[in-house]
Amino acid sequence: MKQLLTFVKKEFHHILRDKRSMLVLIGLPIVQLLIFGFAITNEVRNTNIAVLDNSKDETTQIIITKIESSQYFDIDRTISTSDQIEKAFKTGKIKVAVIFQQNFQEELAHFNKAQLQIIADATDPNQATTLTNYISSIVVDYQNQVNQQNKLPYTINTETRMLYNPQLKGAYTSVPGVMGMILLLISAMMTSIAIVKEKELGTMEILLVSPMKPRLVVVSKVIPYFIISLINVATILILSVFVLGLPIQGSLLLLIGSTVIYIFCALSLGLLISTITDTQQAAMLISLLGLMLPVVMLSGYAFPIANMPVILQVLSTIVPAKWYIIIVKGVMIKGIDITQIWKELLILVIMTVIFLSISIKRFKIRL
Amino acid sequence: MLITEKEIVIKTDKLTKKFGDFVAASEITFEVFKGEIFGFLGANGAGKTTAMKMLIGISNPSSGNAQVAGYDIYKQTEQIKKSIGYMSQKFSLYEDLTIKENIQLFGGIYGLSDKEIKSKSEELITKLGLNTEADKLVASLPLGWKQKLAFSIAIFHQPKIVFLDEPTGGVDPITRRQFWDMIYEASHNGITIFVTTHYMDEAEYCDRVSIMVDGVIKALDSPENLKKQFNAKSMDEVFLMLARGAKRGE
Repeated sequence: MKQLLTFVKKEFHHILRDKRSMLVLIGLPIVQLLIFGFAITNEVRNTNIAVLDNSKDETTQIIITKIESSQYFDIDRTISTSDQIEKAFKTGKIKVAVIFQQNFQEELAHFNKAQLQIIADATDPNQATTLTNYISSIVVDYQNQVNQQNKLPYTINTETRMLYNPQLKGAYTSVPGVMGMILLLISAMMTSIAIVKEKELGTMEILLVSPMKPRLVVVSKVIPYFIISLINVATILILSVFVLGLPIQGSLLLLIGSTVIYIFCALSLGLLISTITDTQQAAMLISLLGLMLPVVMLSGYAFPIANMPVILQVLSTIVPAKWYIIIVKGVMIKGIDITQIWKELLILVIMTVIFLSISIKRFKIRL
Repeated sequence: MLITEKEIVIKTDKLTKKFGDFVAASEITFEVFKGEIFGFLGANGAGKTTAMKMLIGISNPSSGNAQVAGYDIYKQTEQIKKSIGYMSQKFSLYEDLTIKENIQLFGGIYGLSDKEIKSKSEELITKLGLNTEADKLVASLPLGWKQKLAFSIAIFHQPKIVFLDEPTGGVDPITRRQFWDMIYEASHNGITIFVTTHYMDEAEYCDRVSIMVDGVIKALDSPENLKKQFNAKSMDEVFLMLARGAKRGE
């Protein structure tokens, strides 16, 4: 225990004396959080949507066919009640729901007016706007077609509701994304660099010759970065609630619990990187190219995964940040509970176990 | 040395390390006695460091046996680690910690109590004449001082044996001489010194030396006897005679 404390103290000395890394560790999350949310554009294709047709008449059929025949939407036919729609939104199965009022065609014929409701999942606001615009324009297109044949112009009012993020704030995507990215950066990259640095300077050899157990060396290297990660989580959450006005809808405990699991996953990735590299530069390159790029590109943070080529979609499943971002979005913004994210949590746990066991095995080989 | 009854502290028996087909150290057999300064000589790539790494427990031998401080190198590595000190050819202190912090860290790693660390570190700092520098970062010290400090820290926990892997590389002759004074002092206090070097003048300072060529120990005796045996004026000549046949280059 005393060995551990002495060693953790030493690690903090290393970190606190290196002003540049301190700036990266504490400043980067704040800067990224404030900068990112405003520069994301989405193009959408093959989005899953649900249609609730309360009228089931000729007109609604034509509109549904038009929606379906566009390249943007796939209609999920298994959903046929409003309860199912709500559930499908929470699990992320659908992004948009189109609901026709009862007696749609009759209303249209008698009063020249009918109601069509479009509900969108605005956890990703840009995407939601784009999607609702697409549907509105399909409906308008139909209106124009019909109006050419009829003397009395029909009017269909589309009413749009942005779920979870009614004001379409960018923070709703940037916060989960920045959390996924920053925690990985600090936990994986900084840890791997810190361990490889000892190898490179030759101090690791001294430690391995000392009675200190290699496991203890690793644990005490990891502890400071774990603590710094927690500080960053607190900073990001406080900033997002009080500065960006993003509420935490779900349980804070669940959010922090899953974050801790994600940090462990990132730390074990950092260990893995440190066992396969011998220089700090290599560790940094692998962390940046091997971790940061996939996180930005493939986590669904910057670009929707559903639009990617199949190969990239498959690749995205091995990016831990993808699952973490789903969890954060769900818990923070949609307010869902553990029953709806246990699968993602389980994937993170399994990944952590795999990374850890490979690193332990590789660490032994080196001795 | 005036030891009549020699206590053996390191004993190896046909210790061998292979990397694939390459035999880095082949059937090394020797004994080191308590309190002696044992020079482990060889050109670069002769297998000195490999042999040493097996003894200090960071490399597993391919075959053969060895005991360090009376403990088996396969089964009792924990006990061995507590009984030895080590200083590597790379500079082995933390540059971004102060002198005091380095001493405290290694004292803590070797399980010394806070009280012990405090009194002994003050003693050490005074002895090295570093009182005014104690709270400065190690990075600010000249190399010679760093090496002296590293050696002092390697024997801070009073090990039975201290392993020095080319400790004086890149250090000026005067500092090297001072460094060897520290080695003599430690040896006088009963610490066995196992030192690798390729400076042949340093070989003269050792009680006994072994000379490794291409992974094999070619000679082992006191510098006196070796010079007689090879009819040479200096250890340098002895070494050149032996190393001339080496096939492995640098």
